[in-house]
Amino acid sequence: MSALGILGRFAAMLVLLLVNGVVLIYMLRKVLGRLHLRIGPNRVGPFGLLQTTNDVIKLLTKEDLRPDSADAWLFNIAPYLIFVPSFMAYIPLVFGPTLAVTNLDTGLLLAFALTSLVPLGVLMAGWSSNSKWSLIGGMRAAGLQIAYEVPLLLSALGPVMMAGSLDPARIVAAQSGVWLGFIPRWFVIPQILAFVVYAIASQAETQQTPFDMSEAESELITGFANEYGGMRFGFMYLAEFSNTFIVSAIGTMLFFGGWQLPWVATPAWLAPFVFIAKTYTGIFVMMWARGSLPRFRVDQMLSFCWKVLIPVSLAWVVVWACVQRLWPVVAMAVSR
Amino acid sequence: MTDDPKMAWAITAEGSQFPGPLPCGLRCIPRGVDELATEHLVLNMGPQHPSTHGVLHILVELDGEEVIAAEASLGYLHRGIEKLAESRRYHQVPTLLDRADYVSGLHTETAWALAVEQLAGIEVPGKASWLRALLMELNRYASHLVWLGTFGMDAGAMAPFLYIMRDREMLLDVIEAITGSRMMFNYVRPGGVVADLPAGVDAKIRAWLEVADTYLSENDALLGGNEIFRMRMKGTGVIDRATALAFGMTGGCLRATGVDYDLRRDVPYCAYPELDFEVPLGVRGDNMDRYDVRVGEMRQCIRLIRQLVDGMPEGEFSGKRSRVLKVPAGESYAAVESPRGELGIHLISDGGLTPYRMRLRSPAYFNLAVVDEALAGGLIADAIVTLGSLDIVLGEIDR
Repeated sequence: MSALGILGRFAAMLVLLLVNGVVLIYMLRKVLGRLHLRIGPNRVGPFGLLQTTNDVIKLLTKEDLRPDSADAWLFNIAPYLIFVPSFMAYIPLVFGPTLAVTNLDTGLLLAFALTSLVPLGVLMAGWSSNSKWSLIGGMRAAGLQIAYEVPLLLSALGPVMMAGSLDPARIVAAQSGVWLGFIPRWFVIPQILAFVVYAIASQAETQQTPFDMSEAESELITGFANEYGGMRFGFMYLAEFSNTFIVSAIGTMLFFGGWQLPWVATPAWLAPFVFIAKTYTGIFVMMWARGSLPRFRVDQMLSFCWKVLIPVSLAWVVVWACVQRLWPVVAMAVSR
Repeated sequence: MTDDPKMAWAITAEGSQFPGPLPCGLRCIPRGVDELATEHLVLNMGPQHPSTHGVLHILVELDGEEVIAAEASLGYLHRGIEKLAESRRYHQVPTLLDRADYVSGLHTETAWALAVEQLAGIEVPGKASWLRALLMELNRYASHLVWLGTFGMDAGAMAPFLYIMRDREMLLDVIEAITGSRMMFNYVRPGGVVADLPAGVDAKIRAWLEVADTYLSENDALLGGNEIFRMRMKGTGVIDRATALAFGMTGGCLRATGVDYDLRRDVPYCAYPELDFEVPLGVRGDNMDRYDVRVGEMRQCIRLIRQLVDGMPEGEFSGKRSRVLKVPAGESYAAVESPRGELGIHLISDGGLTPYRMRLRSPAYFNLAVVDEALAGGLIADAIVTLGSLDIVLGEIDR
């Protein structure tokens, strides 16, 4: 790949991330507004569309404050440690039959590895702020988000086994066509259990209500982000939305056929739009949950992870492995 | 050094290994290091905190997420209302009292009017009593709505709050039509009330009664019907009957422990003896019970308002009032069942133009005193919802 090509892809990723951030913030405000019997932003620009850009300008022009007692180096670097992995996680996303930043055999692993770096940044931000509230928020992130990595990864194993690959492009390709002549070959149908685990774990992974322990507005004010302001805070915010997009996009690729339309062949030009539409539908559901549910308590959330999600997803991996291994044998025996 | 976490705060400064000066000189002194050599954290919750319901400052001692001890530090909203009342004439005092419990001012006003009437021997026309009861019930419902919404927010649920505000808006419209104000009513005066029901307000109340049940069930389903919410409320913030009585708790917090005590029924005043209502009770005294009791009270409220609107008598809304009210020397105490509990006014007069001394028995003050007992042993998240379940209004506590 030429240097220009790399640069172009990098620029495309950045544009996608920023556009996503702007659109998702607007969408969150409007969706939550509707859920809350409010209207949401409607003053700046048509339908309030320019509200987010104004907010970005505000964040950019704010004084860059750092508490005196904070650990300067860690405090400064933490927002980027949160932001960069979620930016890099765009690399393995497959937007169309030939449309991806790069094709990797282990792309899925890369995406999960990168998103699992985020809690480290959150912990760092909480620790270095030298504020008690931030510290509690950071510690919660360390304890909970890392725990929820486990069911997230385990739930992805089902589709991976079905596709026989960790390459997102192949996982998506394996979901083309139909079962029994009319059911789309989306992995969500046999893997519904894994999908439920994935949906719950990804909500926790992106720190959204009912799992927003590290922020917990009514308890910790804004938790780990307490001492941050200006664009440093903006980066954390952007990373949160970027993470939301990524978990939803991965969910789309694993369970909902990626860029493919059901029943009909998808033209190459339409593929990215289908993919984005599916991803945004997923994000909408996440926002829906966020707008309507109360928050879990820390210990309940931890025990829910260790006592329910992980055993269920582990058992499902074993069951599915047996099913997939035995199915041909049984089918052969029946046909004989 | 004791191992009993409840005794942590009782340890003297000498026994503490806390480095540096002690915070604020309060009882809440960190125990220093325990067997794991981890330091306890003293967290200043408030006075600027989204969930302390005003300017309340709570010192909590934390071992990780667990609350070891807690202590409320009050006085940030002290305006000297009791002292100011000593230099106000009798008809001017309700203006101050509106600002004590600013979520349900009509209860404080009525308690004041009852105390003055008792001392001065003023007769109140029947209709005025009914109007007072109607307004108090409307205000009780509005106050409980605020509590329900903020309680949901404490638990992390944003949506119910805004649904509840829609409901409350209708109610405040009604109250505004009657009293002319949404918050600082100044409506109940010794001798009666300021104005009769205006034309058309009857239809407004009935329009609200039409939807009140539906809205309440909707809000109850959003919170009490949610499994996450129930999981968090059951068994947390338990206040047993003995503790509640020892701390002088009243209102929903006391009834949640199973003590059947409601001033509206037990020490009747205004129109309540003629009304038919039930008093919901709890069993365990945990957050869920306090939630259920208050939601039950709201259902009773709707019932009461319906009876009050249907049975509103004809007649004068106020007795004869002289321009300058002189109260003979003596003492009186009158209490009403405010949304938070027994709200009493203790009035001492020396026969002059102004009260000699006025004391407000603030129910939320007594209910808040229990935080030391109720918060210790729970997690931070439990502390927040337990505090929310006590339904405190700082204006009334600090006065």
